[in-house]
Amino acid sequence: MSAERRNMLSALLVCLALLAGSAARADSGALDDVLHSLAARRHGEVSFIEQHFLSMLKRPVESSGELIYDAPDHLEKRTAEPHPESLVLQGQVLTVQRGHSTHVLDLKSYPQVLPLIESIRATLAGDRAALEQRFKLEFGGDQARWMLVLTPLDAQVAKAVSRVQIDGARDNLLRVEIQQPDGDRSLMTLRPHASP
Amino acid sequence: MSLERRWIVAIWLVGVAAAIAVVAHTRYITDLSAFLPAHPTPTEQLLVDQLTDGPASRLILISLEKGDSALRAQVSAAMAQRLRGDARFSHVDNGESVTADRDREFLFQHRYLLSDAIDPRHFSAAGLRSAIEDTTSNLASSAGLMLKSLVPHDPTGEMLHIVDELSRTPGPRTQDGVWISADATRTLMAAQTAAGGSDTDAQELDLAAIRSAFAAAAAVVPGAAVVELRLSGPGVFAVSARSKIKQAATRLSLVSSVLVICILLAVYRSVVALGLGLLPVATGALVGVAAVALGFGAVHGTTLGFGITLIGESVDYSIYFFISASKSWRHMLWPTIRLGMLTSVVGFASLLPSGFPGLAQLGLYSISGLIAAALVTRFILPELLPAGFAIRDVAPLGVRVGRLRDALRRSGGPLLAGAACALAAAAAFVIYQHQHTLWNHELSALSPVAPEALAYDATLRADLGTADVLDLVVISGPSLEAVLRGAERAGRALQPLIDAGVISGYDSPALYMPSQLTQQARRDALPDDESLRASLRAAMADSELKDDSLQPFFTDVQAARSAPQMTPDDLRGTSLAMGFSALTLHRDDRWNALLAMHAPNRAAAPGTDLARVRAALTSARLSDATVLDMKAQSDALYASYLHEAIRLSLIGLAFIVVLLWLALRSLRRVTRVLIPLVLAVLTVTAGLALGGQRLTLLHLVGMLLIVAVGSNYALFFDHESAKDGESSPRTATPLTLASLLVANLSTVIAFGLLSFSQVPVLEALGMTVAPGAFLALIFSALLTSRVPPAPAGATTDAHA
Repeated sequence: MSAERRNMLSALLVCLALLAGSAARADSGALDDVLHSLAARRHGEVSFIEQHFLSMLKRPVESSGELIYDAPDHLEKRTAEPHPESLVLQGQVLTVQRGHSTHVLDLKSYPQVLPLIESIRATLAGDRAALEQRFKLEFGGDQARWMLVLTPLDAQVAKAVSRVQIDGARDNLLRVEIQQPDGDRSLMTLRPHASP
Repeated sequence: MSLERRWIVAIWLVGVAAAIAVVAHTRYITDLSAFLPAHPTPTEQLLVDQLTDGPASRLILISLEKGDSALRAQVSAAMAQRLRGDARFSHVDNGESVTADRDREFLFQHRYLLSDAIDPRHFSAAGLRSAIEDTTSNLASSAGLMLKSLVPHDPTGEMLHIVDELSRTPGPRTQDGVWISADATRTLMAAQTAAGGSDTDAQELDLAAIRSAFAAAAAVVPGAAVVELRLSGPGVFAVSARSKIKQAATRLSLVSSVLVICILLAVYRSVVALGLGLLPVATGALVGVAAVALGFGAVHGTTLGFGITLIGESVDYSIYFFISASKSWRHMLWPTIRLGMLTSVVGFASLLPSGFPGLAQLGLYSISGLIAAALVTRFILPELLPAGFAIRDVAPLGVRVGRLRDALRRSGGPLLAGAACALAAAAAFVIYQHQHTLWNHELSALSPVAPEALAYDATLRADLGTADVLDLVVISGPSLEAVLRGAERAGRALQPLIDAGVISGYDSPALYMPSQLTQQARRDALPDDESLRASLRAAMADSELKDDSLQPFFTDVQAARSAPQMTPDDLRGTSLAMGFSALTLHRDDRWNALLAMHAPNRAAAPGTDLARVRAALTSARLSDATVLDMKAQSDALYASYLHEAIRLSLIGLAFIVVLLWLALRSLRRVTRVLIPLVLAVLTVTAGLALGGQRLTLLHLVGMLLIVAVGSNYALFFDHESAKDGESSPRTATPLTLASLLVANLSTVIAFGLLSFSQVPVLEALGMTVAPGAFLALIFSALLTSRVPPAPAGATTDAHA
């Protein structure tokens, strides 16, 4: 019955969701072109390998699985290795499944996390206005091969994440790197499924 | 004579004054205790504790409806803030995380006392290795970057383990930061009152506090005027039931008083008679309350509410007195009235030994009230009659009624006896046919709560996930420590049921506050610095974690080894304190720990298989644990009241037979008096059964009333017949007939009105007594008489 103790766990889980598919992009005309082609994409399925580089670890730890996106607001991260885990973002509701337990979280309850999640969606939906509301955007490269760096504007958010760098080619994301202020980082490498 | 008269009136006045003094100083109880057993068994005591003080009884479900959900969320937040500052409520939850930081701090600080993973093996090299492997794999998960700050302090993952255990209970959906129903049409909040659910006065004030908090919140939030507040829960039902019964009883008794007064005025044509006629009732009511106050120490609200109805018979006394106010009164009528009164008293005395305090009080009230009313009619009214007092001569009415009756009896002749036999047989047949469905053993039969309100309550509970609070395992013991230890053992016994899907989980106070024994065992399991470092070195040999990152862990473990154990005081300011206090009950020298079962999430077969819970506890030899199915237990309690009352009523009937035999000294006359009464009760019972009614305790009380009121009728007619036998003049008969008719009319009107009530208890009483009293009069008039030849034989057959 206690909202508080649930929220505690929820906060942790939201953060993980956050880091799941942090992806964003942008700069000027080329940025608009990239966002436009991303927006045109209604559905995507890729496999991912995610590595966490933490100072307390001797070696990076790794997980893998697949990411699924359906326009405009459905995002799913299915981790297969080393431990199965599923994160489903539908609208404002994040459903987290780990082991036997399922947690349903309303993202509006997490004002510090919401901007990040919303921005991922905004990126995938090609919504530049929504991105700029929350991040400083730097864009490099061209349509064929591009890089987008997002720096959180909100100070609270910036305490957990200092920058997100997304590398892509046309309407494909290749790499999402999340930097933390203490130097730790995570790197997610994406590879399209073998599909036409 | 004049002196004696003055003495009598003086004694009465002193008696009345004494009764007023007692009544004025009595404690009046409006809580549930009238319905709770006076001498409960241990299991009943657990139920009583739950009903009066338990968390379920103190829960008020609050729903905000209409309007936009964001708007409702603002109202909810403003309202909750106000209610959290109100001492009336021990816990207010609308889904907002107001104590999250304090909770986290508490859990983190006491993680080595709270985590059930802690045992000596946990800190061996093997235990540490496995725990650290888990932690490393967590770091690889999506949450890795967030969890990493915990790892240097808590490489074995105790904090995550505790949070996971505590958040097993599925909660309501959250939107805009507050709870919302599954269909998003209602914004939800739950408030736990500080007062027990049985304290209806306190609950009424609590509800008012919630309404004013809502009004204040809606006034502050712009555009919130469209939002509507709806409340549900046991307290809400209790308050609305009480006001409903109060309103219905007040309205109906007002209407019936007016009608009865009109009839009496029409009959008497004398205001003096009307005024004097109220004296026996008023005195009876007063003495009744005083007697209950002296006998029980306190008077229940229900006793006051129903008492007057039960001694309505005493209005009849003055009717008989005025209408037959002649010299015949003292010699002819009074002995009959006295016997009728004694019959009623014996009938109601059968309620006295009831374990149901409400019934026992009603019994004492009726007995003392009727005796007082009869004595006032006998001794006071004659003294107060002014000189030249006269009421309208109603003999012509009596003559007309008498002619009608004679005509019926003459034309009916032996047919009447046959018809009575047939009616009795038919009624008996109907009752036999319905024997399995005749009585309603469910407490809800008495509940004035509308089915729609119950359905709404169920909807809110489903949304809030509180539906299963009705299934409890209760651990009783002499101390908090004892019941917490019991709760821990019960929790271990329940674990296999969670794995098997019988329950989806349980809430236990020991999750928030382990017993001192367990805390001590966990603290003792923490190794000293040297051995911990040695084990960790072995465990870390092939770990991904860097050795030098865990210095905070060593410091924290050593600090935990010397830290004091937790007490409930340490919970203060956390949301866990509310969970803990809701699941522990302390009364006198007894403690209860409550384990609330969470039903498995399956739509097909909702509810918990309590038999398996019981079996699990039995095989774990948990003798101090009781599985409490609140609905089944409440129904069992009510069914035991009902069975007891039926048994006592039958015993009362036997005593009535003995009394009548002692008074009349004739088996034939006793039979003659009883036949109309028994026939009336049988006919009404059969009628109710045919009409699809299932009988409750109140129907039974109604039957007692039929016998009480009807015995007067039967005795009058028996008296008349007996005189026939002695060939006495029948001068009193037309007047007797008239007085019986008037008395019966007032009874039928008063109870007939009750039968139109929407309140089940009043309706039951009305629909039993009104037709029963009428039938008792008709049967008495037609059957209790020697005019038809050989009535005794016929009536004996009817009785059989």
